[in-house]
Amino acid sequence: MWKWLHPYANPEVSYHFTGKLIPWFAVISAILLTVGLGMGLLFSPADYQQGESVRLFYLHVPAAMLSMGLYLGMAIAGLTALVWQMKLAESSIAALAPVGATFTAIALLTGAAWGKPMWGAWWVWDARLTSELILLFLYFGVMALQNAFEDKALAGKAASILALVGVINLPIIHYSVEWWNTLHQGATVSKFEKPSMSIDMLRPFLISLFGFAFLAGTLVCMRFRADIIERNSMRPWVKALAKEHN
Amino acid sequence: MAFDSFSEFLNMGGYGFYVWLSYGFTALLLVLLTLNSKGKDKRIFKQINKRLKREEKLKQVAKRNAKQDT
Repeated sequence: MWKWLHPYANPEVSYHFTGKLIPWFAVISAILLTVGLGMGLLFSPADYQQGESVRLFYLHVPAAMLSMGLYLGMAIAGLTALVWQMKLAESSIAALAPVGATFTAIALLTGAAWGKPMWGAWWVWDARLTSELILLFLYFGVMALQNAFEDKALAGKAASILALVGVINLPIIHYSVEWWNTLHQGATVSKFEKPSMSIDMLRPFLISLFGFAFLAGTLVCMRFRADIIERNSMRPWVKALAKEHN
Repeated sequence: MAFDSFSEFLNMGGYGFYVWLSYGFTALLLVLLTLNSKGKDKRIFKQINKRLKREEKLKQVAKRNAKQDT
């Protein structure tokens, strides 16, 4: 596996490889999101308790899952950057943080708009909501640390440490609905038993989830490439590419 | 189809405001992030080109000065 992975440690190879992925990811994401959200909005049944407001599920839950998944990816990149001193891992952190922060913000905003009609409040200081808000601040912290130092190596190290330490928040978010008495409901899909929802709702949900995931992949690849050329701007191959963009 | 008419679709069983607010917010944030991410490499290439031009100019000035000295 190392032999196979090794060429991708080269920034130039990674730059061109992710460039090839972007159009595919973008098209797959556009198709899945159109189908998934279209099914969710138009064809999926209303909930027997929550009525039509259940259509927020197809935004809120994928965004929340991705907010955590992208953070996990960022923490793994942080570990890789610290242990193996890989510069590309630092580029991954820089690429993942803004995308993860956006999905966290979407999860919080759609959650607020769902909480108002269902709970009667836009916001409550419930364990699930609070820990998700902390996740947003962790993302902001990583982004801020990356820009807080003139020295890129130091900035990358600081951001990696925060990304890695913050991973403790992920199990807290996931189990918050079990450990504490929360207003937020328990897990519907991400548990070991069968998901407790009808297949007519599960199908659009899963399609939307993968649609959002591919969108996140597209955006992360774009930002990853930009970060690579920024870090390697003195290299001849980047200078040659820059001349093509003149 | 879960709705009989377009106005019923917009109304979302009385939850229209909350549903469309959320879909609107999500679309807005993702469009902004996409535009920002898409243009990022072009902005950096522009910076690099600016720097290369400046370096080229400095080199020419240095060359001219060296010629004058001799």
